[in-house]
Amino acid sequence: MKLFKRHPDIMLVEFGSPQELIDAAGKIKEAGYKDFDCHSSYAIHGMDEAMGLKPSIVGRISGICAAFGTTSALLLQWWTSAVDYPLVISGKPLFSLPAFIPVTFAVTILFAAFGALFGMLITNRIPRFNHPLFNSDKFGKFSDNGFFVSLEASDPKYNEEGSRNFFESIGGRNIEVLTDE
Amino acid sequence: MHWDLDTFKIRGSEKMANMALMIGLAGLALSAYGYIADRGQFFYSYLTSFMYWLTIGLGALFFTLIHYLANAKWSIIIKRWSETVMFTLPFMGIMFIPICFGLHDLYEWSHEDVVATDHLLQGKAAYLNVNFFLIRSLGYFVIWGLLTWFIRSKSIEQDQGYSESSMMKVRRVSAFGMIMFALTISFASIDWIMSLSPHWYSTIFGVYMFAGAFVSFLSFTVLAIKYFEGKGILKDIISVEHYHDIGKLMFAFIIFWSYMAFSQYFLIWYAHIPEETFWFLDRWEGTWKQFSMLLMIGHFPIPFLGLIVQNAKRNKFVLPTVAIWIMFIHWVDMYWLILPTFSPEGFNLSWMDATTFVGIGGTFIWFVISRYSANSVIPINDPHLGTSIRHTS
Repeated sequence: MKLFKRHPDIMLVEFGSPQELIDAAGKIKEAGYKDFDCHSSYAIHGMDEAMGLKPSIVGRISGICAAFGTTSALLLQWWTSAVDYPLVISGKPLFSLPAFIPVTFAVTILFAAFGALFGMLITNRIPRFNHPLFNSDKFGKFSDNGFFVSLEASDPKYNEEGSRNFFESIGGRNIEVLTDE
Repeated sequence: MHWDLDTFKIRGSEKMANMALMIGLAGLALSAYGYIADRGQFFYSYLTSFMYWLTIGLGALFFTLIHYLANAKWSIIIKRWSETVMFTLPFMGIMFIPICFGLHDLYEWSHEDVVATDHLLQGKAAYLNVNFFLIRSLGYFVIWGLLTWFIRSKSIEQDQGYSESSMMKVRRVSAFGMIMFALTISFASIDWIMSLSPHWYSTIFGVYMFAGAFVSFLSFTVLAIKYFEGKGILKDIISVEHYHDIGKLMFAFIIFWSYMAFSQYFLIWYAHIPEETFWFLDRWEGTWKQFSMLLMIGHFPIPFLGLIVQNAKRNKFVLPTVAIWIMFIHWVDMYWLILPTFSPEGFNLSWMDATTFVGIGGTFIWFVISRYSANSVIPINDPHLGTSIRHTS
Protein backbone atom coordinates (compact mmCIF):
# COMPACT_ATOMS: atom_id res chain seq x y z
CA MET A 1 0.00 0.00 0.00
CA LYS A 2 1.31 3.37 -0.88
CA LEU A 3 1.38 5.99 1.82
CA PHE A 4 0.70 8.91 -0.49
CA LYS A 5 -1.52 9.25 -3.47
CA ARG A 6 0.39 9.14 -6.71
CA HIS A 7 0.72 12.51 -8.38
CA PRO A 8 -0.55 12.55 -11.96
CA ASP A 9 2.01 12.72 -14.75
CA ILE A 10 3.30 16.15 -15.68
CA MET A 11 4.31 17.46 -19.07
CA LEU A 12 7.11 20.02 -18.76
CA VAL A 13 7.77 22.47 -21.57
CA GLU A 14 10.47 25.09 -21.77
CA PHE A 15 10.10 28.55 -23.32
CA GLY A 16 12.82 30.99 -24.27
CA SER A 17 11.81 34.28 -22.67
CA PRO A 18 9.26 35.87 -20.34
CA GLN A 19 7.42 37.26 -23.37
CA GLU A 20 7.23 33.80 -24.98
CA LEU A 21 5.99 32.40 -21.69
CA ILE A 22 3.23 34.95 -21.30
CA ASP A 23 2.14 34.51 -24.94
CA ALA A 24 2.15 30.74 -24.49
CA ALA A 25 0.07 31.03 -21.30
CA GLY A 26 -2.58 32.93 -23.22
CA LYS A 27 -2.67 30.31 -25.99
CA ILE A 28 -2.80 27.42 -23.51
CA LYS A 29 -5.74 29.05 -21.76
CA GLU A 30 -7.50 29.60 -25.10
CA ALA A 31 -6.93 25.96 -26.01
CA GLY A 32 -9.02 25.09 -22.96
CA TYR A 33 -6.40 23.66 -20.59
CA LYS A 34 -7.05 24.17 -16.88
CA ASP A 35 -4.44 22.32 -14.80
CA PHE A 36 -1.34 24.11 -15.97
CA ASP A 37 1.16 26.38 -14.29
CA CYS A 38 3.95 28.72 -15.35
CA HIS A 39 7.37 28.86 -13.70
CA SER A 40 9.85 31.71 -13.74
CA SER A 41 12.29 33.11 -11.23
CA TYR A 42 10.39 36.37 -10.90
CA ALA A 43 6.84 37.65 -11.17
CA ILE A 44 5.83 38.54 -14.73
CA HIS A 45 3.37 41.42 -15.02
CA GLY A 46 0.10 40.40 -16.63
CA MET A 47 0.67 36.68 -16.11
CA ASP A 48 -2.43 36.28 -13.95
CA GLU A 49 -4.66 37.66 -16.70
CA ALA A 50 -2.89 35.64 -19.41
CA MET A 51 -3.35 32.42 -17.43
CA GLY A 52 -6.91 33.36 -16.51
CA LEU A 53 -6.28 33.03 -12.77
CA LYS A 54 -8.95 34.18 -10.39
CA PRO A 55 -7.92 36.74 -7.74
CA SER A 56 -6.32 34.97 -4.81
CA ILE A 57 -8.39 34.34 -1.68
CA VAL A 58 -5.37 34.93 0.59
CA GLY A 59 -6.38 38.58 1.09
CA ARG A 60 -9.79 37.53 2.38
CA ILE A 61 -8.31 34.92 4.71
CA SER A 62 -5.94 37.56 6.02
CA GLY A 63 -8.79 40.06 6.46
CA ILE A 64 -10.92 37.60 8.43
CA CYS A 65 -7.94 36.72 10.64
CA ALA A 66 -7.29 40.43 11.23
CA ALA A 67 -10.88 41.01 12.35
CA PHE A 68 -10.59 37.98 14.63
CA GLY A 69 -7.34 39.42 16.03
CA THR A 70 -8.98 42.77 16.80
CA THR A 71 -11.91 41.24 18.68
CA SER A 72 -9.88 38.64 20.53
CA ALA A 73 -7.28 41.18 21.66
CA LEU A 74 -9.95 43.55 22.96
CA LEU A 75 -11.82 40.74 24.71
CA LEU A 76 -8.62 39.42 26.27
CA GLN A 77 -7.65 42.80 27.67
CA TRP A 78 -11.16 43.57 28.84
CA TRP A 79 -11.45 40.20 30.59
CA THR A 80 -8.03 40.25 32.25
CA SER A 81 -7.94 43.86 33.41
CA ALA A 82 -11.57 44.74 34.02
CA VAL A 83 -13.28 41.46 34.97
CA ASP A 84 -11.02 38.69 36.15
CA TYR A 85 -8.35 40.70 37.98
CA PRO A 86 -9.43 44.36 38.22
CA LEU A 87 -6.41 46.54 38.79
CA VAL A 88 -6.35 50.33 38.81
CA ILE A 89 -3.34 51.54 36.83
CA SER A 90 -2.32 55.22 37.13
CA GLY A 91 -5.84 56.20 38.08
CA LYS A 92 -7.32 55.23 34.74
CA PRO A 93 -10.70 53.44 34.40
CA LEU A 94 -10.52 49.65 34.44
CA PHE A 95 -11.54 49.47 30.81
CA SER A 96 -9.63 52.29 29.13
CA LEU A 97 -9.70 51.90 25.40
CA PRO A 98 -6.68 54.11 24.55
CA ALA A 99 -4.43 51.89 26.67
CA PHE A 100 -5.66 48.81 24.83
CA ILE A 101 -5.19 50.17 21.32
CA PRO A 102 -1.45 49.37 20.90
CA VAL A 103 -1.95 45.73 21.85
CA THR A 104 -5.11 45.49 19.75
CA PHE A 105 -3.24 46.98 16.81
CA ALA A 106 -0.29 44.61 17.21
CA VAL A 107 -2.45 41.51 17.57
CA THR A 108 -4.48 42.55 14.53
CA ILE A 109 -1.30 42.83 12.47
CA LEU A 110 0.03 39.54 13.86
CA PHE A 111 -3.15 37.64 13.02
CA ALA A 112 -3.34 39.26 9.60
CA ALA A 113 0.25 38.14 8.96
CA PHE A 114 -0.56 34.62 10.17
CA GLY A 115 -3.58 34.60 7.89
CA ALA A 116 -1.48 35.71 4.95
CA LEU A 117 1.33 33.21 5.63
CA PHE A 118 -0.78 30.15 6.41
CA GLY A 119 -3.39 31.10 3.84
CA MET A 120 -0.61 31.20 1.24
CA LEU A 121 0.80 27.86 2.40
CA ILE A 122 -2.61 26.17 2.33
CA THR A 123 -3.61 27.54 -1.06
CA ASN A 124 -0.23 26.49 -2.46
CA ARG A 125 -0.55 23.05 -0.81
CA ILE A 126 2.84 23.30 0.80
CA PRO A 127 4.87 22.14 2.65
CA ARG A 128 5.09 18.81 0.79
CA PHE A 129 7.76 16.14 0.58
CA ASN A 130 8.34 16.05 -3.11
CA HIS A 131 6.89 16.99 -6.44
CA PRO A 132 7.42 15.12 -9.68
CA LEU A 133 8.62 18.35 -11.29
CA PHE A 134 11.89 17.89 -9.41
CA ASN A 135 12.47 14.64 -11.28
CA SER A 136 13.45 16.76 -14.27
CA ASP A 137 17.09 17.68 -14.67
CA LYS A 138 16.31 20.87 -16.54
CA PHE A 139 13.67 22.20 -14.17
CA GLY A 140 16.30 23.59 -11.78
CA LYS A 141 16.81 26.40 -14.27
CA PHE A 142 13.41 27.87 -13.32
CA SER A 143 15.12 29.69 -10.45
CA ASP A 144 17.72 31.17 -12.80
CA ASN A 145 17.05 31.75 -16.47
CA GLY A 146 14.46 29.12 -17.37
CA PHE A 147 10.81 29.72 -18.24
CA PHE A 148 8.61 26.64 -18.01
CA VAL A 149 5.03 25.54 -18.39
CA SER A 150 3.86 22.41 -16.62
CA LEU A 151 0.64 20.62 -17.54
CA GLU A 152 -0.84 17.97 -15.31
CA ALA A 153 -2.23 14.77 -16.76
CA SER A 154 -5.35 15.23 -14.63
CA ASP A 155 -6.45 17.97 -17.04
CA PRO A 156 -9.49 16.74 -19.00
CA LYS A 157 -7.92 17.94 -22.25
CA TYR A 158 -4.62 16.19 -21.57
CA ASN A 159 -3.48 13.74 -24.20
CA GLU A 160 0.18 12.91 -24.37
CA GLU A 161 0.48 12.95 -28.15
CA GLY A 162 -1.94 15.81 -28.79
CA SER A 163 -0.63 18.05 -26.03
CA ARG A 164 2.96 17.49 -27.15
CA ASN A 165 2.06 18.57 -30.67
CA PHE A 166 0.17 21.57 -29.34
CA PHE A 167 3.11 22.75 -27.24
CA GLU A 168 5.48 22.31 -30.17
CA SER A 169 3.17 24.38 -32.34
CA ILE A 170 3.26 27.31 -29.88
CA GLY A 171 7.07 27.29 -29.64
CA GLY A 172 7.73 25.00 -26.66
CA ARG A 173 11.07 23.19 -26.40
CA ASN A 174 12.57 20.24 -24.54
CA ILE A 175 9.20 18.65 -23.87
CA GLU A 176 9.33 15.83 -21.32
CA VAL A 177 6.80 13.85 -19.35
CA LEU A 178 7.53 13.37 -15.66
CA THR A 179 6.10 10.52 -13.64
CA ASP A 180 5.72 10.35 -9.89
CA GLU A 181 7.94 7.53 -8.66
CA MET B 1 -12.39 72.91 -21.94
CA HIS B 2 -10.81 70.37 -24.25
CA TRP B 3 -7.50 68.78 -25.05
CA ASP B 4 -5.37 69.79 -27.98
CA LEU B 5 -3.83 66.53 -29.17
CA ASP B 6 -1.03 68.22 -31.13
CA THR B 7 0.57 69.95 -28.17
CA PHE B 8 -1.12 68.03 -25.32
CA LYS B 9 -2.18 71.37 -23.86
CA ILE B 10 -5.56 72.23 -22.39
CA ARG B 11 -7.49 74.72 -24.51
CA GLY B 12 -10.49 76.80 -23.52
CA SER B 13 -9.92 76.66 -19.78
CA GLU B 14 -10.01 80.47 -19.48
CA LYS B 15 -13.73 80.52 -18.80
CA MET B 16 -13.47 78.17 -15.87
CA ALA B 17 -10.32 79.82 -14.53
CA ASN B 18 -11.95 83.24 -14.70
CA MET B 19 -15.05 81.93 -12.97
CA ALA B 20 -12.92 80.50 -10.15
CA LEU B 21 -11.09 83.81 -9.89
CA MET B 22 -14.36 85.77 -9.75
CA ILE B 23 -15.78 83.51 -7.04
CA GLY B 24 -12.50 83.71 -5.17
CA LEU B 25 -12.32 87.48 -5.31
CA ALA B 26 -15.96 87.76 -4.26
CA GLY B 27 -15.22 85.49 -1.31
CA LEU B 28 -12.20 87.57 -0.35
CA ALA B 29 -14.23 90.81 -0.68
CA LEU B 30 -16.94 89.44 1.63
CA SER B 31 -14.23 88.29 4.04
CA ALA B 32 -12.78 91.79 3.99
CA TYR B 33 -16.16 93.00 5.23
CA GLY B 34 -15.89 90.34 7.93
CA TYR B 35 -12.56 91.83 8.92
CA ILE B 36 -14.37 95.07 9.75
CA ALA B 37 -17.29 93.33 11.43
CA ASP B 38 -15.38 90.85 13.62
CA ARG B 39 -11.60 90.91 13.46
CA GLY B 40 -10.99 87.88 15.69
CA GLN B 41 -13.38 85.61 13.85
CA PHE B 42 -11.99 86.79 10.52
CA PHE B 43 -8.40 85.91 11.34
CA TYR B 44 -9.22 82.51 12.77
CA SER B 45 -11.44 81.63 9.80
CA TYR B 46 -8.82 82.96 7.42
CA LEU B 47 -6.01 80.96 9.04
CA THR B 48 -8.14 77.77 8.84
CA SER B 49 -8.87 78.24 5.14
CA PHE B 50 -5.29 79.29 4.48
CA MET B 51 -3.89 76.16 6.13
CA TYR B 52 -6.45 73.98 4.34
CA TRP B 53 -5.32 75.06 0.87
CA LEU B 54 -1.67 75.39 1.81
CA THR B 55 -1.50 71.78 2.98
CA ILE B 56 -2.74 70.60 -0.44
CA GLY B 57 0.22 72.40 -2.00
CA LEU B 58 2.57 70.90 0.59
CA GLY B 59 1.25 67.42 -0.19
CA ALA B 60 1.97 68.10 -3.86
CA LEU B 61 5.51 69.20 -3.03
CA PHE B 62 6.11 65.95 -1.17
CA PHE B 63 4.61 63.91 -4.02
CA THR B 64 6.87 65.61 -6.57
CA LEU B 65 10.00 65.23 -4.44
CA ILE B 66 9.37 61.55 -3.82
CA HIS B 67 8.57 61.08 -7.51
CA TYR B 68 12.01 62.35 -8.50
CA LEU B 69 13.85 60.76 -5.60
CA ALA B 70 12.47 57.30 -6.31
CA ASN B 71 12.77 57.87 -10.07
CA ALA B 72 9.15 56.74 -10.24
CA LYS B 73 7.71 55.73 -13.59
CA TRP B 74 4.02 55.25 -12.92
CA SER B 75 3.43 58.84 -11.82
CA ILE B 76 5.05 60.50 -14.85
CA ILE B 77 1.67 61.21 -16.42
CA ILE B 78 0.50 63.07 -13.31
CA LYS B 79 3.80 64.74 -12.43
CA ARG B 80 2.82 67.92 -14.30
CA TRP B 81 -0.26 68.01 -12.11
CA SER B 82 1.66 67.66 -8.85
CA GLU B 83 4.22 70.20 -10.08
CA THR B 84 1.43 72.64 -10.78
CA VAL B 85 -0.26 72.16 -7.44
CA MET B 86 3.00 72.52 -5.53
CA PHE B 87 3.64 75.76 -7.42
CA THR B 88 0.75 77.26 -5.41
CA LEU B 89 3.13 77.44 -2.42
CA PRO B 90 4.80 80.72 -3.47
CA PHE B 91 1.33 81.97 -4.47
CA MET B 92 0.10 81.17 -0.97
CA GLY B 93 2.89 83.46 0.25
CA ILE B 94 0.78 86.37 -1.04
CA MET B 95 -2.22 84.93 0.77
CA PHE B 96 -0.17 84.85 3.96
CA ILE B 97 0.18 88.66 4.05
CA PRO B 98 -3.16 89.29 5.84
CA ILE B 99 -2.09 86.90 8.62
CA CYS B 100 0.95 89.11 9.30
CA PHE B 101 -1.48 91.87 10.29
CA GLY B 102 -3.47 89.61 12.59
CA LEU B 103 -0.72 88.30 14.84
CA HIS B 104 -2.18 90.06 17.86
CA ASP B 105 -5.62 88.62 17.20
CA LEU B 106 -4.29 85.11 16.66
CA TYR B 107 -1.30 84.55 18.89
CA GLU B 108 -1.27 85.05 22.62
CA TRP B 109 2.55 85.16 22.72
CA SER B 110 2.62 88.30 20.54
CA HIS B 111 1.25 90.40 23.41
CA GLU B 112 4.15 91.73 25.43
CA ASP B 113 1.98 92.42 28.49
CA VAL B 114 0.80 88.78 28.54
CA VAL B 115 4.36 87.48 28.21
CA ALA B 116 5.49 89.78 31.02
CA THR B 117 3.25 87.98 33.52
CA ASP B 118 3.73 84.48 32.15
CA HIS B 119 6.85 82.62 33.17
CA LEU B 120 6.48 79.87 30.57
CA LEU B 121 6.03 82.32 27.70
CA GLN B 122 9.06 84.27 28.87
CA GLY B 123 11.05 81.08 28.52
CA LYS B 124 9.78 80.61 25.00
CA ALA B 125 10.16 84.27 24.02
CA ALA B 126 13.50 83.69 22.32
CA TYR B 127 11.65 81.65 19.70
CA LEU B 128 8.09 82.95 19.92
CA ASN B 129 8.45 86.66 19.18
CA VAL B 130 6.99 88.72 16.36
CA ASN B 131 10.20 89.48 14.47
CA PHE B 132 11.56 85.97 14.47
CA PHE B 133 8.11 84.63 13.57
CA LEU B 134 7.92 86.87 10.50
CA ILE B 135 11.48 86.03 9.45
CA ARG B 136 10.75 82.30 9.73
CA SER B 137 7.50 82.64 7.79
CA LEU B 138 9.31 84.49 5.04
CA GLY B 139 11.99 81.82 5.10
CA TYR B 140 9.46 79.01 4.52
CA PHE B 141 7.99 80.75 1.50
CA VAL B 142 11.41 81.55 0.07
CA ILE B 143 12.49 77.91 0.42
CA TRP B 144 9.22 76.60 -1.02
CA GLY B 145 9.30 79.20 -3.77
CA LEU B 146 12.85 78.39 -4.90
CA LEU B 147 12.32 74.65 -4.64
CA THR B 148 9.05 74.55 -6.56
CA TRP B 149 10.19 77.10 -9.14
CA PHE B 150 13.43 75.20 -9.84
CA ILE B 151 11.84 71.77 -10.18
CA ARG B 152 8.91 73.00 -12.22
CA SER B 153 10.94 75.08 -14.64
CA LYS B 154 13.49 72.28 -15.17
CA SER B 155 10.65 69.88 -15.84
CA ILE B 156 8.96 72.20 -18.34
CA GLU B 157 12.31 72.77 -20.06
CA GLN B 158 12.25 69.08 -21.01
CA ASP B 159 9.40 69.74 -23.43
CA GLN B 160 11.92 71.46 -25.71
CA GLY B 161 14.31 68.52 -25.60
CA TYR B 162 15.01 65.88 -23.01
CA SER B 163 18.26 66.05 -21.10
CA GLU B 164 19.25 63.32 -18.68
CA SER B 165 21.81 65.48 -16.87
CA SER B 166 19.21 68.15 -16.24
CA MET B 167 16.88 65.57 -14.69
CA MET B 168 19.79 64.31 -12.60
CA LYS B 169 20.13 67.82 -11.23
CA VAL B 170 16.44 67.80 -10.30
CA ARG B 171 16.93 64.52 -8.48
CA ARG B 172 19.84 65.92 -6.50
CA VAL B 173 17.84 69.00 -5.59
CA SER B 174 14.96 66.73 -4.56
CA ALA B 175 17.19 64.92 -2.06
CA PHE B 176 18.12 68.21 -0.47
CA GLY B 177 14.57 69.46 -0.93
CA MET B 178 13.16 66.50 0.98
CA ILE B 179 15.17 67.45 4.05
CA MET B 180 14.08 71.07 3.67
CA PHE B 181 10.48 69.92 3.23
CA ALA B 182 10.55 67.93 6.47
CA LEU B 183 12.03 70.86 8.38
CA THR B 184 9.82 73.57 6.89
CA ILE B 185 6.51 71.71 7.23
CA SER B 186 7.34 70.86 10.86
CA PHE B 187 8.33 74.36 11.83
CA ALA B 188 5.58 76.02 9.78
CA SER B 189 2.90 73.95 11.48
CA ILE B 190 4.46 74.61 14.88
CA ASP B 191 4.56 78.36 14.18
CA TRP B 192 1.21 78.86 12.53
CA ILE B 193 -0.99 76.34 14.34
CA MET B 194 0.67 74.90 17.43
CA SER B 195 1.70 78.29 18.77
CA LEU B 196 -1.98 79.28 18.93
CA SER B 197 -1.79 77.53 22.31
CA PRO B 198 1.73 78.61 23.24
CA HIS B 199 1.74 76.66 26.51
CA TRP B 200 1.16 73.39 24.74
CA TYR B 201 3.63 71.36 22.74
CA SER B 202 3.69 68.13 20.83
CA THR B 203 6.85 66.90 19.15
CA ILE B 204 4.91 64.85 16.60
CA PHE B 205 2.84 67.81 15.41
CA GLY B 206 4.71 68.37 12.13
CA VAL B 207 4.36 64.73 11.12
CA TYR B 208 0.67 64.85 11.93
CA MET B 209 0.25 67.85 9.64
CA PHE B 210 2.27 66.15 6.92
CA ALA B 211 0.04 63.07 6.99
CA GLY B 212 -3.07 65.21 6.60
CA ALA B 213 -1.42 67.29 3.88
CA PHE B 214 -0.43 64.33 1.75
CA VAL B 215 -3.75 62.53 2.01
CA SER B 216 -5.67 65.68 1.09
CA PHE B 217 -3.44 66.28 -1.93
CA LEU B 218 -4.04 62.72 -3.13
CA SER B 219 -7.79 63.17 -2.78
CA PHE B 220 -7.59 66.47 -4.63
CA THR B 221 -5.70 64.66 -7.40
CA VAL B 222 -8.29 61.90 -7.70
CA LEU B 223 -11.05 64.49 -8.07
CA ALA B 224 -9.02 66.52 -10.57
CA ILE B 225 -8.09 63.63 -12.87
CA LYS B 226 -11.64 62.34 -12.72
CA TYR B 227 -12.85 65.79 -13.77
CA PHE B 228 -10.24 66.12 -16.54
CA GLU B 229 -11.00 62.64 -17.81
CA GLY B 230 -14.65 63.61 -18.10
CA LYS B 231 -13.56 66.52 -20.33
CA GLY B 232 -11.51 64.18 -22.51
CA ILE B 233 -8.22 65.40 -21.10
CA LEU B 234 -5.73 62.62 -20.27
CA LYS B 235 -8.19 60.22 -21.86
CA ASP B 236 -6.59 56.90 -22.89
CA ILE B 237 -3.49 58.00 -20.95
CA ILE B 238 -4.71 57.68 -17.43
CA SER B 239 -6.08 54.26 -16.63
CA VAL B 240 -7.74 52.51 -13.75
CA GLU B 241 -4.25 51.33 -12.73
CA HIS B 242 -3.27 54.90 -11.89
CA TYR B 243 -6.44 55.41 -9.88
CA HIS B 244 -5.63 52.19 -8.07
CA ASP B 245 -2.12 53.36 -7.15
CA ILE B 246 -3.32 56.74 -5.89
CA GLY B 247 -6.03 54.88 -3.96
CA LYS B 248 -3.40 52.67 -2.35
CA LEU B 249 -1.43 55.73 -1.26
CA MET B 250 -4.61 57.31 0.11
CA PHE B 251 -5.36 54.17 2.07
CA ALA B 252 -1.84 53.94 3.46
CA PHE B 253 -1.68 57.57 4.49
CA ILE B 254 -5.12 57.51 6.10
CA ILE B 255 -3.70 54.81 8.36
CA PHE B 256 -0.53 56.86 8.82
CA TRP B 257 -2.56 59.91 9.83
CA SER B 258 -4.51 57.85 12.36
CA TYR B 259 -1.29 56.39 13.72
CA MET B 260 0.14 59.87 14.24
CA ALA B 261 -3.07 61.32 15.66
CA PHE B 262 -3.42 58.45 18.08
CA SER B 263 0.25 58.51 19.12
CA GLN B 264 -0.06 62.22 19.85
CA TYR B 265 -3.15 61.67 21.96
CA PHE B 266 -1.99 58.45 23.61
CA LEU B 267 1.22 59.74 25.19
CA ILE B 268 -0.49 62.85 26.52
CA TRP B 269 -3.41 60.81 27.87
CA TYR B 270 -1.10 58.34 29.56
CA ALA B 271 1.31 60.84 31.10
CA HIS B 272 -1.60 62.94 32.35
CA ILE B 273 0.42 66.13 32.85
CA PRO B 274 -1.91 69.16 33.09
CA GLU B 275 0.26 71.36 30.86
CA GLU B 276 -0.24 68.87 28.03
CA THR B 277 -3.74 67.50 28.64
CA PHE B 278 -5.50 70.88 28.59
CA TRP B 279 -5.20 71.04 24.80
CA PHE B 280 -7.29 67.90 24.38
CA LEU B 281 -9.65 68.89 27.20
CA ASP B 282 -10.34 72.16 25.34
CA ARG B 283 -11.42 70.04 22.40
CA TRP B 284 -13.77 68.02 24.59
CA GLU B 285 -15.60 71.13 25.85
CA GLY B 286 -19.30 71.61 24.94
CA THR B 287 -20.06 70.82 21.32
CA TRP B 288 -16.34 70.40 20.56
CA LYS B 289 -16.82 66.90 21.96
CA GLN B 290 -19.12 65.92 19.09
CA PHE B 291 -16.77 67.68 16.69
CA SER B 292 -13.80 65.68 17.98
CA MET B 293 -15.80 62.48 17.58
CA LEU B 294 -16.63 63.43 14.00
CA LEU B 295 -12.91 63.82 13.33
CA MET B 296 -12.07 60.55 15.05
CA ILE B 297 -14.63 58.52 13.14
CA GLY B 298 -14.46 60.49 9.91
CA HIS B 299 -10.70 60.54 9.50
CA PHE B 300 -10.06 56.87 10.19
CA PRO B 301 -12.85 54.24 10.19
CA ILE B 302 -14.89 55.74 7.36
CA PRO B 303 -12.13 56.17 4.74
CA PHE B 304 -10.39 53.01 6.00
CA LEU B 305 -13.44 50.83 5.45
CA GLY B 306 -14.26 52.78 2.32
CA LEU B 307 -10.95 51.92 0.68
CA ILE B 308 -10.02 48.56 2.20
CA VAL B 309 -11.35 46.43 -0.66
CA GLN B 310 -9.29 46.37 -3.86
CA ASN B 311 -12.36 47.00 -6.01
CA ALA B 312 -13.07 50.24 -4.15
CA LYS B 313 -9.70 51.67 -5.18
CA ARG B 314 -10.30 50.66 -8.79
CA ASN B 315 -13.83 52.02 -8.92
CA LYS B 316 -14.15 55.43 -10.55
CA PHE B 317 -17.23 56.21 -8.49
CA VAL B 318 -16.23 54.89 -5.05
CA LEU B 319 -12.70 56.35 -5.04
CA PRO B 320 -13.78 59.94 -5.88
CA THR B 321 -16.58 59.67 -3.30
CA VAL B 322 -14.08 58.74 -0.60
CA ALA B 323 -11.82 61.52 -1.92
CA ILE B 324 -14.60 64.10 -1.43
CA TRP B 325 -15.12 62.80 2.09
CA ILE B 326 -11.40 63.05 2.88
CA MET B 327 -11.29 66.63 1.55
CA PHE B 328 -14.18 67.45 3.85
CA ILE B 329 -12.68 65.73 6.87
CA HIS B 330 -9.35 67.45 6.24
CA TRP B 331 -11.19 70.74 6.65
CA VAL B 332 -12.68 69.37 9.90
CA ASP B 333 -9.13 68.53 10.98
CA MET B 334 -7.86 72.07 10.30
CA TYR B 335 -10.90 73.58 11.99
CA TRP B 336 -10.44 71.31 15.00
CA LEU B 337 -6.82 72.36 15.36
CA ILE B 338 -7.39 76.10 15.08
CA LEU B 339 -10.85 77.24 16.15
CA PRO B 340 -11.12 75.90 19.73
CA THR B 341 -8.61 78.60 20.74
CA PHE B 342 -11.03 81.25 19.49
CA SER B 343 -14.36 79.86 20.71
CA PRO B 344 -13.54 77.61 23.67
CA GLU B 345 -17.19 77.25 24.70
CA GLY B 346 -18.17 75.15 21.70
CA PHE B 347 -18.30 74.66 17.97
CA ASN B 348 -19.66 77.80 16.37
CA LEU B 349 -19.62 77.97 12.57
CA SER B 350 -19.34 81.46 11.14
CA TRP B 351 -20.19 82.74 7.66
CA MET B 352 -16.58 83.85 7.44
CA ASP B 353 -15.46 80.21 7.52
CA ALA B 354 -17.30 79.81 4.22
CA THR B 355 -16.21 83.08 2.59
CA THR B 356 -12.53 82.71 3.42
CA PHE B 357 -12.64 79.07 2.27
CA VAL B 358 -14.20 80.06 -1.05
CA GLY B 359 -12.01 83.15 -1.29
CA ILE B 360 -8.68 81.40 -0.96
CA GLY B 361 -9.98 78.24 -2.67
CA GLY B 362 -11.25 80.15 -5.72
CA THR B 363 -7.98 81.94 -6.30
CA PHE B 364 -6.11 78.69 -5.61
CA ILE B 365 -8.13 76.86 -8.27
CA TRP B 366 -7.72 79.76 -10.70
CA PHE B 367 -3.97 79.60 -10.20
CA VAL B 368 -3.86 75.82 -10.65
CA ILE B 369 -6.01 75.77 -13.79
CA SER B 370 -4.20 78.61 -15.51
CA ARG B 371 -0.75 77.18 -14.69
CA TYR B 372 -1.82 73.66 -15.66
CA SER B 373 -3.09 74.87 -19.03
CA ALA B 374 0.07 76.85 -19.74
CA ASN B 375 2.14 73.78 -20.64
CA SER B 376 1.66 70.27 -21.96
CA VAL B 377 -0.18 68.31 -19.30
CA ILE B 378 2.12 65.32 -19.82
CA PRO B 379 5.91 65.54 -20.14
CA ILE B 380 5.96 64.71 -23.85
CA ASN B 381 9.70 64.04 -24.14
CA ASP B 382 10.12 61.84 -21.11
CA PRO B 383 11.66 58.54 -22.27
CA HIS B 384 9.60 56.62 -19.71
CA LEU B 385 6.28 58.17 -20.68
CA GLY B 386 5.20 54.95 -22.38
CA THR B 387 6.02 52.92 -19.28
CA SER B 388 3.84 55.24 -17.26
CA ILE B 389 0.92 54.95 -19.68
CA ARG B 390 1.12 51.15 -19.86
CA HIS B 391 1.63 50.88 -16.11
CA THR B 392 -0.10 48.00 -14.33
CA SER B 393 -0.22 48.01 -10.57
